[in-house]
This record gives sequence, C-alpha cells and structure tokens, in this order.
Amino acid sequence: MLAHEMTSEVVASTGWFLEHAWLIPVIPAIAFVLIIFFGKKMPMKGSELGVLSMLSSLVFSGGAAWQWIQRVNSVVDGAHEAVVEGAHHAAPYVQPVIHEWTWWQSGGFHFGIGHHIDGLALTLLVVVAFISSLVQIYSLEYLRGDRRYTHFFAALTLFSAGMLCMVLAPNMVQLILGWEIMGLCSFMLIGHWWEEEANSRAALKAFFTVRVGDMGLLIGTAILFFSANNWTQKNLGVSGFNISGLSAWAMSGEASQSALTWGAVALFIACIGKSGQFPLHTWLPDAMAGPTPVSSLLHSSTMVVAGVFLVARLYPIFWEGMKIGDTNINFIVLIGGITIVIAALLAFVQHDIKKVLAYSTVSQLGYMMMGLGAGAWLPAVFHIFTHAFFKACLFLSAGSVSHSGSHHSFDMKKDMGGLAKKMPITATTWIISTLALAGVFPLAGFFSKDEIIDNVGYGGYNAFMIVGLTGAFLTAAYMTRATYLTFFGEARGAAAGIHHDAHDAHDAHAAVDTHNSHDTHVVDSHDAHADHGPHESPKLITVPLMILAALALTAGLSNATPFGESWERFKKYVEPGSEYVMVGSETADEHGAADEHGAEVVEIAAASMSVASEEKVTKEGCAVVAPEAGMVCYFPTVSHAPFKWSKAALSLIIVALGLVSSWLFCVQYYTRRNKRLVGLTERNKVLRGGYTFLWNKYYLDELYEKVIVRSIAHPIAKAAYWVNQNILDGIVNGAGKVSRRLAGWVYRNIDQRVVDGAVNGSGAAARGTGGALRPVQSGKVNQYGALLFSAAAIGALILVIINT
Amino acid sequence: MLTTQFLLLGAVLFCIGVYGVLARKNAVMVLMSIELILNSVNINLLAFSVRHGSVDGNTFALYVIAIAAAEVGVGLAMVLLIYRNRRTIALDDLSEMKG
Repeated sequence: MLAHEMTSEVVASTGWFLEHAWLIPVIPAIAFVLIIFFGKKMPMKGSELGVLSMLSSLVFSGGAAWQWIQRVNSVVDGAHEAVVEGAHHAAPYVQPVIHEWTWWQSGGFHFGIGHHIDGLALTLLVVVAFISSLVQIYSLEYLRGDRRYTHFFAALTLFSAGMLCMVLAPNMVQLILGWEIMGLCSFMLIGHWWEEEANSRAALKAFFTVRVGDMGLLIGTAILFFSANNWTQKNLGVSGFNISGLSAWAMSGEASQSALTWGAVALFIACIGKSGQFPLHTWLPDAMAGPTPVSSLLHSSTMVVAGVFLVARLYPIFWEGMKIGDTNINFIVLIGGITIVIAALLAFVQHDIKKVLAYSTVSQLGYMMMGLGAGAWLPAVFHIFTHAFFKACLFLSAGSVSHSGSHHSFDMKKDMGGLAKKMPITATTWIISTLALAGVFPLAGFFSKDEIIDNVGYGGYNAFMIVGLTGAFLTAAYMTRATYLTFFGEARGAAAGIHHDAHDAHDAHAAVDTHNSHDTHVVDSHDAHADHGPHESPKLITVPLMILAALALTAGLSNATPFGESWERFKKYVEPGSEYVMVGSETADEHGAADEHGAEVVEIAAASMSVASEEKVTKEGCAVVAPEAGMVCYFPTVSHAPFKWSKAALSLIIVALGLVSSWLFCVQYYTRRNKRLVGLTERNKVLRGGYTFLWNKYYLDELYEKVIVRSIAHPIAKAAYWVNQNILDGIVNGAGKVSRRLAGWVYRNIDQRVVDGAVNGSGAAARGTGGALRPVQSGKVNQYGALLFSAAAIGALILVIINT
Repeated sequence: MLTTQFLLLGAVLFCIGVYGVLARKNAVMVLMSIELILNSVNINLLAFSVRHGSVDGNTFALYVIAIAAAEVGVGLAMVLLIYRNRRTIALDDLSEMKG
C-alpha cells in the first residue's frame, strides 16, 4: 500500500525540447538543401548556413538534455521517497520520450519515423552537435579558398544530420537511414580532393569496406524483425523494427536464443565495419586523405562511434545474444581486445601525424567495444563522450600544425619538430589532449578508460583487463612519440622553414597545396609562410582548440567515480534503469494514473529483492530472472565495479611508465641519435621482421586486395570475359543472323503481300464508294432537305408500323 | 377533342413548311418555312401538354422558340453575306459543294 501512494508521484516530467527533439536532425538537413541550392550566392558561400544550423541543433539538444535531467530527477526522487523504507531497489526505468509517425505502411506491416530520446541518445546528440559546430567554425579558416568550399559545408552538414538522425532513431529503419547517409557523406568528404587519385581510392576503400559490414546490419535487422515481430505486436503493439520493442523482446526470456545470437553477430559485423574494428579497420587510416576537419569529425564523435552506439543502443540483444553476463570471453570483447593492441602497435611505425591519431582512434574504439562486450556499458558510453573531446582536439591540433606550421605536410619525420615554441597554443592543447588520451589522473580519459579496464576485470573478463592495461601503456608511449616528433627536438623540413617542392609520392596530403594554390587567397597565405616560417594559427582555429582542450581537462568530472556517488551523473542520467516495467504503463504514467500497475511493479521488485543477498543485488532483476507476464525489461542489470585507488594506481603507474620510457627513448633516438638504438631494426633480425610486419600493416591490405579481391574478383572477371566472348557473342551473332533471315522472309511475304495489299485495297475501296456516292452530293439545298424529310418520313412510318 | 384539332393544325402547318423548304428557291423563304415547321412542333407540344395536364410541353415550347430565334438570326446573317458576295440569294446557284 506504500507503493500505492508513491507511484502516483512518479510522473515523468517532459518538456518542449524533449517533445520536439526530431527537429535536431531536421534543421541541418534543411540547411543542406539550402546550401546546395543557394550556397554559392550567399556572402560566405553557404558556410554560415552550416554553422548556424549546427549551432541551433546544439541549442536544441542542450535544451532537451536539460529537460531530460529534470525528467530523471522527477522519476528518481519520486521513487526514492517511496522506497525509503524498503531496502535496495532496482534503478528506476525512466521512460524514454518516443514519438513515431507512420512513414510507410502496407497491409499489417508498417514502420515509423520519429525520435527515441533517452540518456544515451542525448549524450550522443549533444556531443555530435557540439563537435560539429566547432569543426564547422574551424573549417571556415582551414578550408578558406577551397575550390569546393560550398560543397564541403553541404556534405559536412548532411553528415551531421545523418548522425543525428541515427542517434535518435526509434526503429531500425530510421537507424539504417542515418547510417547510410553517413556512409555516403563520408565517401564525399574523404574524397573531397578527388583530383588526387590516392584520395578517391581512399574514399572508395572506406565506402566499400564499411559496406562489407553494412550487409551485416541489413541481415541482422531482418533476422531480428522476423523473429521479434510477433512478440512485439502481441505484447507491446509495435513492429519488430522498434528499438525498445526489440530490447524488451530480447529480455523477455521468450526470444529464441539462436535468433538472438545470429542477429547480434550480424549486427556486430556492421559495427566492425563502421567502427573500424579488427579486421575491417583498414579503411580508417586511409580515410585521413580527407581534409583534417573531416578526419576530426568522422573519427572523434560521429561516423566511427556509430557502431559503438549501435551496440549500446541494442544492448539487451547483445547481452542476451552473446551471453555477456555469463561468460568470460565472447565475440565482442575478443574483437575489441584484438583491436586495442594491433592498432596501438601500428601507431608506432607511422610517419604521418594523422595516421597516428587514426590508429589511436581505432585502438580507443577497441576499448569501447571491449567495455560493451564485458558488460561495462556505462564506462563505454562515457568513453564515447570523453574521447570525442580530446580526439577532436588532437585532430584539429594536427590540422593547425599542418595549416600554419609545416606547410601543409603531415609528415612528422620530415616536416615537423620543435614547433612548441612557434605554436604555443596548438602545442598546449595537443599536450593536454594527449595526457587526457593517455589517461593521466584528473583529465577526461582517466575517468572513462580506467573505469572500462576496472569494470572489464570486475565482470570476470580478467584476460581482457590485462589487454586493456597493455593498451594503456602503448597509448601513452605512441602519443609521447608523436608529441616529441611534432613539438620537440630540432626543427626539420617545413617546420624549419625549408621548402621542398616535391613531396613524397605517397603523401596524399600534399595534394592540398596543388589544389589550393589556384586560389589567390591561399597563395597569399603561402607567401606568408615563405616570409616567416611556422607561426601560430588564426583565432578561428585556436579558439575551437582551446574550448576542446578545456573539455578534455574537465569532461571526466561529469562521471568521476573516485569522488563518490554524487559525482556519478552519467550513471544517474544516462544509464537506463533495469527495473521491470508494466506494459502500457507508459501511457498511464502520463495521465498520472499508474497506481494499480505501479504497485504491482514494486511488489514484484520487492519480492525478488527479498531473495537477493545483500551485496550482489546485481544478480537479481532484469537479465537474470525473466520478467513475468505483463512485465517487460528494457535494460539488463549491469554491474558496477566499486572504485579502488589501488587499482587506479596500477593503471596510473603503467601510464606513467609508458610516458617516461617513450620520452627517454625519443630523446635518445631522435635527438641524440644514440648509436646503440639507431639502426637497431636493420641489425636485429627479430626486430626487423616485426618492423616490416607492422610497416606493412600486418599485410591486411595485401590480403584483401591481392588475395581476397583477386581470388574472387579475377576468376569472376575471367569467367565473365569468357562467357562474354563465347556465349553471349555467339548468342548475339546467332540472333542477328536469324533475325536478318526472318526479316527478309517477312518483307517478301507478309509486308509486300499482306500489309501492302490491305493498304492498297482499302484505298481502292474508299475511292470506289466515293465515286458511287458522288451524285448524292449535288450541292443543292432543296435536295438535301428532300432527303432529310423523306428519311424522317420513312423513320416515322417504321415507328408507326412497329408500334401498332 | 380540342387537342385533335390542334394536332391537325400542327400537321397542316408542318406540311406547308416542308413544301416551302423543298420548293422555294429564295433562301429567306426557306428560312421562313423552317419557322413554320418549328411552330407546328410547338403547337404539337402544347396540344399534348394540355392533353396530359402537365407543363413539360410548355417548357419545351419555350426552348424551341428561343432556339428558333437564334437559328433565324444566324440564318439571316448568312443570307445577308451570301447576297453581298453573289448579289443573289437563289439557292439553285449555290452549288459549290457539289461532289
């Protein structure tokens, strides 16, 4: 009866921004159309539309996030007051704000378009809108004078629209829509300077590699739809595309295990492609061929986290399909773990600063996947959040270096070094972000990455905790190497003011020069380079950098586990609660009349609690005990590792070791040219082999292009050629001969005789009748009148005779 | 009955009209004969209207009068133009449409 009173108070608040969240992707989509049609005539060539639309999306998502916090507070506080006397209680499930309009309907089969707003969607919405806004502002300067300036902003805006559309998708169809818009736009943006062949190849590679994974998305969606549709229609009245419907189905205990497993595997293959996981990560470093702002947007907060987002969004399916709660190794955690290490190792042998960052991104995505695979949902989502800030900052810093410091080169070994003095702001923001990425204590990366490692171990995946710690060491080491090569040591090449006209052939980014030098504006700035070498970038570049660096410093505090429960805002506002939800309580809730149902919910929850042992409450509730009839679960009960300074200290020491050892090595190797270290890879066979292996990226590209593509595509091409030459041509030639003969016969017999005969005959017949009827047309009116009246008289006579 | 006499009058008028149309050479006379035919029809309509006690016939007669007026207008205009061009309105001379 206590419950009876309290649930009436648990009325989730809502608000204008939450109800109208669908506007967030629609605004940039409209801006895209306007830029395409009117952009070139606008004073700033359409870029102002892009920036404005992203800023308004940011305002809308910020408003929605604020109202979501109110909503969670209203629910949590209401529930809290009620269970003061009860012991533990599963975290209350805050109903997401879902609006769906029918998009397509045929028979009993329909799907909608709309929005599904909850903590996860809002986290991504805010991050995407925020990073997109900053990247667009940065691009105003970075791409000034580019020949396809307007198109660049159009594609960038549409890209953000695609990501936002995907993030708030209430069903799989809209999710696929956003997913594919992003795929298309990434192709356009990576191949922005397509005149250079390497760039268009990179764009194609990105598109096709991701497409390999996309097959999994379609197959997975189909599997889940056909297995879930009956259940969701019966129990929730929604189609099998609906995301919350799918979640509830997966947690219901009535779902077929094989459908869940295969659906999860198929969807995860899509995530492997999109999020650059091993073995489909090869497109991601090549995608650096695009302009730096594109790299920053694609590889920090949008495109590549789409896969991670998909896993996080449909987490119940992966949880049940992969048995995440019960095993200590599964597909997701394995792929994530492999990705962390192989990508981090590759980052050591890169000369291109952006490729270091690309492999770093791949490696960090591995962390997120590993976290999700091991049940550390919240840390993984939090890592998406923090990673977006410091990785965007790193990419934009690299862009700033190439823009103003190294004469549009990205080669750390040839054109950089000693830039810290020349570009103090860029260097500072880079170093802050590097430390954040490495996971140094008060910075953003520590709170998310350490939590992932910690929770992976806590979830029983001990082997992968060691992988995570190894990854942390490697991350610290390769980032130190990149920092040292770029900002410290002696200046080399362009950084020292030396211009070498012929860039290396493989250096696709040199293309920037050749394209831009057509435009007078950029020629000016090039002259400036020639005058006084490297210098600090203008405000439009440094201000976004400073904002991002400030967030890289502080973003981690939004879920600072070490400081206690009150600091864990992400846990409160983003993680869905795992309590049982009464079917249909959603609508009842809004009218504040959920008393009866709500009471039942709590009673059942309380019943399960009494069985629970005090400390392992997590072993009860959703995902452990299937919900009873009329109840659904939307999220599994995930465990949270209690924070211990001893464990954090271990990872901090490892990070410090990575930083220091790498620094010492760099000083010895690159500046002092220590005799024992330099040339070690040439002298030592094992090291040389390892270096060659890494330099060739584990020969994966060769495997794909030379083995798989050749073994599949070449025989197909050969067979197709043979079929073409022998069979198709034979058929075509034979058909030609036969038809020529047939045509001759038809001409002689049918055309000449039948057709022409008919035509001539009808002409002759017409002439004959004409001649016969000529006398009738005398031209005399009286005669015509006589004919008329006699005909009428005859007609009248006939009528009279018939009627009598 | 009275209506029979009306019908007889109509029939006589009709015959006179038909004769005029067939026998007259003057175009204006032909038009006038057509008027006679139309008016004989009007008389028929009114006769039947009276016999059946409804106003349908009266209504039709009104329509016929209106149409007859229009027809005469058009016909006389044509006759006038023919006279201007040919200086004659004898129908026998107008046989350009001979096949």
